[in-house]
Amino acid sequence: MGNVSAASPVEVEPTLTPDEITFLAKPWVTLVWDDPVNLMSYVAYVFQKYFGYDKATSEKLMLEVHTEGRSVVSTGTREEMERDVQAMHEYGLWATMEKAS
Amino acid sequence: MIATFTGFEADLLRSLASQMVELLRNERAEPAAPTADAFEAMMAEFSGATTIPEDPVLARLFPTAYTDDEESAADFRRFTESGLRDGKAAAAGSIIDTLEDAGLPPELMEDGLVIDVELTHADAEAWMRAFTDIRLALATRLGVEAGDEHYWHSLPDDDPRAQAHDIYEWVGYLQETVVEALTS
Repeated sequence: MGNVSAASPVEVEPTLTPDEITFLAKPWVTLVWDDPVNLMSYVAYVFQKYFGYDKATSEKLMLEVHTEGRSVVSTGTREEMERDVQAMHEYGLWATMEKAS
Repeated sequence: MIATFTGFEADLLRSLASQMVELLRNERAEPAAPTADAFEAMMAEFSGATTIPEDPVLARLFPTAYTDDEESAADFRRFTESGLRDGKAAAAGSIIDTLEDAGLPPELMEDGLVIDVELTHADAEAWMRAFTDIRLALATRLGVEAGDEHYWHSLPDDDPRAQAHDIYEWVGYLQETVVEALTS
């Protein structure tokens, strides 16, 4: 039997800054995909209402969905993105989630 | 906000909302393939659907959340689909209730009926979501694609698909009106 060393106490890496911690905890994104049905005004309204984005941001994201076929509408933890995707489905938007690349 | 409908329009809206409620309630969340394992089947029944609905309308209303991870997609569906179904059925149901409270009779008999509907902000939100679901359902059944308006308008007036497309456009117009009212 070899030596069994006592578990060392867990230590937070002291050089890790709060920004990096947030970055590590937020590797997921919610994507909204273009569909031929949903009205542009409605999609922008949903982004404004649900995410609390201002009018300009909501319209920019909506146009991105429309012209590029999809847009990243939110970033966060996996649990947060599951909530966002569920909310988008509630509004009838076609949303998926994936790890941020 | 006040919305005014003719009896015919209110009746049509009620019919669309009823069909939506029926679609959401009847097509129970079930595993797609019957399984030989009775225990597994029972668990699936209790815990909710894990596979995409076979009906293309329901598949559009409840899209797959994870495109490259089947297991996570199944878990997501198990935990969200039944709640989403209930929410969508409640939103469509609120259209029926509000119209009937505003004076739409169970069966529309008289001509010239006009219905004024008073909608709170929350009502209007629910109507707007239900309009979306109704439009998604109509579009999926019709096979609506981007930029195909010309095709639909070229169909003869008595073509039932042209009529369904007119209804689809009308609900879009109603929705646009609600969105405008909510943002102004």
